[in-house]
Amino acid sequence: MMDITEIEEQSALDKIKKGERLDDRGLEDFRDVEVETGVAKKAEGSAEVRLGDTKVIVGVKFGMGEPFPDTPDEGMLMVNAELGPMASPNFESGPPGKDATELARVVDRGIRESEALPLKELCVEEGEKVWKVMVDIHILDYDGNLMDASALGAAKALIEAEIPEYEDGEVKREKTKEFPVNKVPVACTVVKVGDKYILDPSLIEEKIADGMVTVTWTEDELCSLQKRGNGGFTKDELLDIFEIARKKTDGLRKIIE
Amino acid sequence: MKKDKKLLKNGKRIDGRGIGDLREMEAEAGVLERADGSGYFRMGDTEAIAAVFGPRELHPKHKQKPQRGILQCRYNLAPFSVEDRKRPGPSRRAKEIGKVAEGALSSTVFLEEFPTATIDVYMEVITADAGTRCVALNAGAIALADAGIPMKGIISACAAGKIEDTPVLDLKGEEDQGGQVDLPIAMNADTGEVTLLQMDGMTNIEEMDEMLELAIKGCEKVAKKQREALMKTF
Amino acid sequence: MDEKLVEDKAKVLPGDVIAEGDYLSGQGTYKEDEKIKSKFLGVARTEKSRIRVIPLCGGYIPQEGDKVIGRISGIGPSHWWVELDSPYDGYLSISEGSDEFIDLDNTELSEVYDIGNMIYTEVIKVTKEKDVKLSMQDRICKKLSGGRIVRINPSKVPRLIGKGGSMVEMIKDKTGSRITIGQNGIVWVSGGDEDLAVGAVKTVDEKGHEKGLTEKVEKMLKESR
Repeated sequence: MMDITEIEEQSALDKIKKGERLDDRGLEDFRDVEVETGVAKKAEGSAEVRLGDTKVIVGVKFGMGEPFPDTPDEGMLMVNAELGPMASPNFESGPPGKDATELARVVDRGIRESEALPLKELCVEEGEKVWKVMVDIHILDYDGNLMDASALGAAKALIEAEIPEYEDGEVKREKTKEFPVNKVPVACTVVKVGDKYILDPSLIEEKIADGMVTVTWTEDELCSLQKRGNGGFTKDELLDIFEIARKKTDGLRKIIE
Repeated sequence: MKKDKKLLKNGKRIDGRGIGDLREMEAEAGVLERADGSGYFRMGDTEAIAAVFGPRELHPKHKQKPQRGILQCRYNLAPFSVEDRKRPGPSRRAKEIGKVAEGALSSTVFLEEFPTATIDVYMEVITADAGTRCVALNAGAIALADAGIPMKGIISACAAGKIEDTPVLDLKGEEDQGGQVDLPIAMNADTGEVTLLQMDGMTNIEEMDEMLELAIKGCEKVAKKQREALMKTF
Repeated sequence: MDEKLVEDKAKVLPGDVIAEGDYLSGQGTYKEDEKIKSKFLGVARTEKSRIRVIPLCGGYIPQEGDKVIGRISGIGPSHWWVELDSPYDGYLSISEGSDEFIDLDNTELSEVYDIGNMIYTEVIKVTKEKDVKLSMQDRICKKLSGGRIVRINPSKVPRLIGKGGSMVEMIKDKTGSRITIGQNGIVWVSGGDEDLAVGAVKTVDEKGHEKGLTEKVEKMLKESR
């Protein structure tokens, strides 16, 4: 498919300069957010998130493993993302590239740093056996803002997840109990275009961005930041961005709680 | 699988189906936005999404054929589609299935109309409970039609098998694990041409005849479901 | 026995038998065992004894005489490569590139059309191997600057043009925009109420297969005022 053309980029820029957007949204509006759960029956928790034409499925699986030597009494969190060739005419098959790795790591840090998961409670036998919480982000349709869609999907899939029982040295998937999530980390990417900020960028808008910052908030604390792409920000700009993201994440969190 | 568990009792299977019954099916066309065509198919708990891109330019150039286009398939299991999380990316098994899927679908596409080009079919299994290659192919065939690819017909797939010495149609997970034969096929249900055939297990000609007959009847039912889904789009 | 098995304008799938016997196999169909079958998910049409299927979806394959919108994707010593949103790029030679003489000693080709530039151009030849030759000689061909680009499914282009140009003329009339339509599904909108014109083009793309399309677009244009 023909890549985004200069004319399309220019139209998006002209619109934002006027405080408008190509799809008639306000600058700080998200596209329609739709969240569905239980979309992958073999996962212990799953959620599908749609932001306009962007669509991701997040599945959570539990497994038993050996803890890291430096945290022998804590469960392990693993977040992985795949930008498979299905999601966009421009993605290729193969191992995760830099974009997929960044995506997974930003979502990972949001969950990890917010202490959303009770990792100590996931220890079965210190130094020997702990639960692995494996979060897989599967991108089905890519029309911009994978970061916010994936973080939201991961949080929802974890909230929905039920942990299997572990009996007689075996994972009993048919017997599950509630999985406690302490905090709900939600990401919001703030995109700078000229002297304006926009949220939930479409594919074209990501291309014309002068810079973006993905801000992850829990109910009351900032838990992860990632400046992405080229361009830079002043301290005052950053403080504004954190505030814009806080307001927006409060709204997004209500959708999944 | 415990040996004492009966998969068949008085002609009924563990989920209540008869010997020649398919699982409940669900089909939809046009489920994705960015792909040129897409499809969804579910049989029981096994479900898959497929996307088609193309005809488009084929890279690298040395793979291009001057007289006709090629069709490439990728079959993949999502990491969360199985009981124990699967490592991401296609395994050896998945690559082989991708290859036989190419053979199954190519035979029906007018590839001569697209010299040097490629049509890419990407199939992702979201939940696996046996029969994944068939369900993925059924989604893939819907996606090809939805992408406006010229074809001789629609490919439909399902598996027959043998459990407790009895030929049955469309094995589910427990039956597959405790079963003796797995026989997935794909065919053009209009012409009766079989375009995918694999078999694991031990059997004889009589049973094989019976199983093929079951699978062919199954494909005809699958074809009806695919038709319903495609007739609903556009 | 000659028999027509589906009604005119019926929706068909690949492989569906449309007629048997002494019918002619037209575009979008193929003949097998004296049966005329559909190649596409589309609509079957009969004109006299010729059966055609008009696809409801699908990509663009260049054909001679098509006017298309493309993007300059490469520059050679005396030609340009043009991306056409098709598996086949177009080749625009210097002699076909302009109706004016280009003096290669004093002009860089990129001064005429640079990489990324959009052009409205004509397909003048397609070989069996799908080499696609383009020309800018027709006066209607031009470089496109400014305005908006809308991408629609190429199968919807006939609906956007409408009978005798009725649909596009109506949109132009109500919006004051210039609208240039490429057969490859790329549409350029410039001037007038661009937002409204883009909205109308998108409506045709989304509802192009529905009945009463003209009324729907008319209504959309009126309501957005």
